[in-house]
Amino acid sequence: MTLIDIATSSGATGEGTAYLDAATGQVRVRPGAITTADIGTLAGAAVGALGLVWLVYERIMPWSGALGFWLCWYVMFLVFYWGIARTQWEARHVREKLAAAMFTGAGVFVLVVLVDLIAYVGWRGEKAIGHGNFLTTDMQKTGPLDGLNSGGILHAMIGSLEQLGLATLFAVPLGIAAAVFMSEIGGRLARPVRTVVTAMTALPSIVAGLFVLGSVILTLGYDRSGFAASLALTVMMMPIVTRAAEVVIRIVPNTLREASYALGGSQWRTVWNVVLPTARSGLTTAVLLGMARAVGETSPVLLTAGFSSGKNSNPFSGQQVSLPLYVWNYVRYPQENMKIRAFGGALVLMAIVMILFVAARMAGGRRPGELSRRRRRQMARDRVRIAATHPARPQAPAVTPAPTAAAIIHPEPEPAS
Amino acid sequence: MTTADAGTELADDLFGSPPQGSGPGAAPAPADDTPMKIIPGVSRGDRVFRIAFRGAGLSVFAIMGLIALFLITRGAQALHATGWSFLTEQRWQTATHRFGVGAVLPDGIIIAVIALVIAVPVALSAALWISEYAPSGLRRTLISLIDLMAAVPSIVYGLWGLIFLTPRIIGFERWAATHLGGVLPFLKVRNGEVSASYSQSGFIAGVVVALMIIPIVCSLSREVFSQAPTGEREGAYALGATRWGMVRTVVLPFGKGGMIGAVMLGFGRAMGETIAVALIISPVFAITWHPLQADSNSISSLIALRYGESDKLSLSALMAAGLVLFTITLLVNMVASAIIARSRSGAATNE
Repeated sequence: MTLIDIATSSGATGEGTAYLDAATGQVRVRPGAITTADIGTLAGAAVGALGLVWLVYERIMPWSGALGFWLCWYVMFLVFYWGIARTQWEARHVREKLAAAMFTGAGVFVLVVLVDLIAYVGWRGEKAIGHGNFLTTDMQKTGPLDGLNSGGILHAMIGSLEQLGLATLFAVPLGIAAAVFMSEIGGRLARPVRTVVTAMTALPSIVAGLFVLGSVILTLGYDRSGFAASLALTVMMMPIVTRAAEVVIRIVPNTLREASYALGGSQWRTVWNVVLPTARSGLTTAVLLGMARAVGETSPVLLTAGFSSGKNSNPFSGQQVSLPLYVWNYVRYPQENMKIRAFGGALVLMAIVMILFVAARMAGGRRPGELSRRRRRQMARDRVRIAATHPARPQAPAVTPAPTAAAIIHPEPEPAS
Repeated sequence: MTTADAGTELADDLFGSPPQGSGPGAAPAPADDTPMKIIPGVSRGDRVFRIAFRGAGLSVFAIMGLIALFLITRGAQALHATGWSFLTEQRWQTATHRFGVGAVLPDGIIIAVIALVIAVPVALSAALWISEYAPSGLRRTLISLIDLMAAVPSIVYGLWGLIFLTPRIIGFERWAATHLGGVLPFLKVRNGEVSASYSQSGFIAGVVVALMIIPIVCSLSREVFSQAPTGEREGAYALGATRWGMVRTVVLPFGKGGMIGAVMLGFGRAMGETIAVALIISPVFAITWHPLQADSNSISSLIALRYGESDKLSLSALMAAGLVLFTITLLVNMVASAIIARSRSGAATNE
């Protein structure tokens, strides 16, 4: 058996296109090009399968439901595609086409699920958001039977933001410090710390909640509060920040560190003034991704925050509801309006997650050390200012044999361009 | 690796081994023409910095240790009351001291296995599509979208599964139970004519959990696939391989360890998933051999649905259940990390 499928590149396989290049007079072959036969085969299989499945599924068999329909269509499409391809191409080429179709199908399926998830929550939640009171009132005076023009999620948004803020305050310095330890200080302990951090990222969220419930609430005797919830969120968020931060700190070029040491900088100075600023955009991404994960965590908050239907803006005393908890609580009411409120809460939660996520992607778009446009402009301005305040540089001695080493290392600033 | 260490090593390489003693006897005589020894000193500021940051690094041991400690101490009462039967007892009646994870643990594993059966082929295919087949201009966007899918809160998945998916998937469940139930007995459903027999089933929970772990498995294995060495890919193409031939002979063998690790991490995540499962299933304390049928359970949803109980023994029993879950996920993840680290692709990505 040969390990590798050999594709014959003769025209009979139908792969690619061959055309005569007028300029050189040579026949050029483009093996990867998409031909009319490819598109025709694909479209024919898709339409043919659609017709057959529609006939059988909707007209002949007593079946219904979009899910089963598209499942049948996909299977039929693959069969048709194989059949049509088999009539024109040889087996290896057919396998290649079929594999591509299957992988693309899986990828498209995942994207469809994601779009459906967001669109469905948006569609159902829009009914609640449409009422102006939804974002500005709490549930204090709203019963299960009240219309959507009463009640809202103000208290849950306050709780979510406060708990997230506290968790960020605890988790980010700790997480980045642990990442700096692993990549900058190192030593024998760095490897076990990395292993434990990896294990912590996979910690079931309910266990984090159970831990805070068992320690802060049951052992130390504090009441359920937003603060306890933020501690549970810290346990979830810290390893995410650490892992992401370690990756970006590690790709800071070593030459920058060495330059700092060569200038006499201590290790602390190097980390604080060179490594961390260089990795700033990546660190921002790490923090924002950690926040996006933490704000949506439900089970740690469920066990530790308690529930309140009114506004409680003090995270340190009294039970405090947050958005995921709001959704969890109201979706289980039988009343339709309560379910719509739950979807409204979920929509706001999704919006927060997506804002954090997009911000993370935008912050992470730069390579380490690459300056933002604003910083570049600022440096250009500085250069102009320096050139203006020191117009006449002291003239170098008339006879300068060759540039000295110092001049190579510290070249004179260029005039503003 | 630290630069300070590198400096020391460099000094060692250049000037021989570091001085063994600092006494005056160890110092070379001044007349000898030996190079000066460089011993990089550590300033006081640096020492404080190292101690502080080492403390931050070691805090992860403290956190994990405290989690284990509190779960053990708070769960000790329940474990003491039941002994080893905690692992085998199926009922959950704390008042009569008859409780254990004998049913909820297997049920949770069944849900996780259903999730894996659905998620693994889809996630690996999607990962291959993104890393090998998708247009390269689209690749970054697709990776971001998969990451976004991983960031969608579990409560949103639960909501979607409960209200959108459940009514739409019951038809499929009923079809599978009636037509395939004869061949595969575990698909049978009692009272199969009523659609209420199918809602709140472990299968629906498994489908939703599958959707939640697809992005995790997909992004981990995509990362491994994209690390497959270019030389070997081009070698395969140069021998005339089609793209699928190249994937089958270069990318998949290279990514095998990473793929196994990703699947195990997905399993650990599926075992620990709480909110979506707790929203969808209706709890039952028996092993569900028929996952299409209503009622199922898992350790995490048991905890989420019963944490409000006030008596000490019930809470202690939940802590003990949490301890079991904690131990299992920890073991699964350790094994997964070890597999990833040992594989060829893992060695390339880990350090």
